[in-house]
Amino acid sequence: MFAFLQTSPDLSVILQQTKELIMPEVLLLLFACAALVIDVLLPRQQKFLVAWLSIVGLLVSLVSLIFVYKGMGSSAKAGFFGMIVIDPYAVVFKMMFLIGALLAILLSIKYLDEEGEQRGEYYALILFAVVGMMFMASGVDLLTLFIALELMAISVYILVGYLRRDQRSNEAAMKYFLLGAFSSGVLLYGISMVYGMTGSTNLADIAKALPVVIGANYQPLGQAVDMRYLVLMSMILMAAGMFFKVAAVPFHMWAPDAYEGAPTSITAFMSVAVKAASFAMFGRIFLYGLPDLRGTLEGNATSHLPALPGWAVLLGVVSAITIVWGNLAALTQTNTKRLLAYSSISHAGYTLLGIIAGNQTGYTGFVIYLFIYTLMNLGVFGCIIALRRRGIIGDRMEDLNGLMKKAPWLTVMMTIFLLSLGGIPPTAGFIGKFYLFAGLIETGNPWLVRLAILAVLMSAVSLYYYLRFIRAMYIEAETEMQPVMQSWPLRIALATAALFVLLIGIFPQQLIALTQKAATGPKTYVYQNDGAEHAAPKSPPQSMPSPAPPPR
Amino acid sequence: MISLSWYLGLSALLFTIGAIGVIIKRNVITIFLCIELMLNAVNLSFVSLSSYFKEISGQLFVFIVMTVAAAEAAVGLAIIISIFRNRASLNVDEADNLKM
Repeated sequence: MFAFLQTSPDLSVILQQTKELIMPEVLLLLFACAALVIDVLLPRQQKFLVAWLSIVGLLVSLVSLIFVYKGMGSSAKAGFFGMIVIDPYAVVFKMMFLIGALLAILLSIKYLDEEGEQRGEYYALILFAVVGMMFMASGVDLLTLFIALELMAISVYILVGYLRRDQRSNEAAMKYFLLGAFSSGVLLYGISMVYGMTGSTNLADIAKALPVVIGANYQPLGQAVDMRYLVLMSMILMAAGMFFKVAAVPFHMWAPDAYEGAPTSITAFMSVAVKAASFAMFGRIFLYGLPDLRGTLEGNATSHLPALPGWAVLLGVVSAITIVWGNLAALTQTNTKRLLAYSSISHAGYTLLGIIAGNQTGYTGFVIYLFIYTLMNLGVFGCIIALRRRGIIGDRMEDLNGLMKKAPWLTVMMTIFLLSLGGIPPTAGFIGKFYLFAGLIETGNPWLVRLAILAVLMSAVSLYYYLRFIRAMYIEAETEMQPVMQSWPLRIALATAALFVLLIGIFPQQLIALTQKAATGPKTYVYQNDGAEHAAPKSPPQSMPSPAPPPR
Repeated sequence: MISLSWYLGLSALLFTIGAIGVIIKRNVITIFLCIELMLNAVNLSFVSLSSYFKEISGQLFVFIVMTVAAAEAAVGLAIIISIFRNRASLNVDEADNLKM
């Protein structure tokens, strides 16, 4: 990269040509800084204006993103010395983050008043986090990805601990921060090992160099060495770092605590946008940087080197555990935020299935599911935010009792989102799950088909706890009489989300076309049908972290 | 001249010490220091690899990691201060409000 910088006659010329690629991010960053400044100038009662400024910023960024997308044509554009790429994959994910943040801010305005913490930096931090996310979706250099990840993570650490006087919020922030920083360290160590083996941090270069490194006749110092264990270990370290961020099961223990303690609006934001961004980065690293490590790492018959399993196996095992554990743990929860945290863990497991399938349908499912999940999970949390009233936090299951009598409109919205999370047909959740499971079954690999069957069974289990909400809302008698007041931004956000959840469920073609374009980027992988068994062996590899014993 | 493997071995050792520290220590500040140790172990391996390859991007990475570690320290210590104000304890085992 630096060699190019030195030979180029004029840096500004290059920047001129590529600066429009990051225009959405630049605009959003300007609005975030403006929000910080204006926050100081506004009197206390008018701090909510910062929220509207942020919403304008998000909309401007969204419009500019659409312009970038239109100007992109059919091919992907790389800029900034191959560190940033704008392709449909990046654009769709960025759209997801912007919409997620937009709805989250709409949900927050009234909520922060209730908490008595209406301050402008809240919105500025959300915008900063979104800027980080957008770079996570379009970064193709481990350096860019790492900075972007940290920009997002640090902003979200602060937001989780935003309610400074609330012990639960403090505790959630501490747990999230310690485990998040730890996982960044693990991820970085994996990155440094990859750098050591390939001599580059660019994902394209890494993808080119790794097949040579894992080849049986790799002779860096004159004699053949077996680098595959080292490659496998760095891959596992990077995967572990990413599993932390998406809250997949051996590394999920922060999620229920952080989700329960954080302000509900931030829980909503974290569970959708942060998770989607982590998945975007996950996809970038594994599908663009390490595509050749997916299947088996071939051994060498002459020197008796065994074949090693690749990351498809690792992800398969992790997603199976995640789906089972997330759903079973959710069954017994009484706190709705905690229950939804476990449900969101299981949804991370479903989303991983799309990467594991490795075909066009699977990748489409991966993107489309995250998009739909953004809408429906924000919706559910929005309904819980609406229950926050004077003296009532609204995160206990009993707080939903008899909601149908108090707020029928809210109840109907909640029902739509819950059915969508459960994957019931007329809603969007069904489309997402359909693509994910169809991708697995299309591969024809018996192990992957079994995984799909497990996922279907478990999503039937998940209906049990979603129906608990519905039972509480429709059947149970009211336990308290305090009326539910809904602010109009919240109503708009919920209505939009519900409308799209239904629209996508009934007319999914538009979104499918968009996500299919996004899914054409990664190289699709064909499982060999004859030796299919070895693509997913019965026991996980030695070096893989064994499924964690259920905490508590 | 000391060969590359010594540097990488030291880096792996530091990383392991840091990771073990995070798992067994109970004081928030100590855990945080162990995390910093892990990040610095990564920095050491980046710098030594970068000088071995005669390629600059590894050292560039170190600067970024150091910056990020500083930002993380600022935020982390702020979180630790706010938790100390509310409960006057830095033991992570005592922070158990959020258990079902």
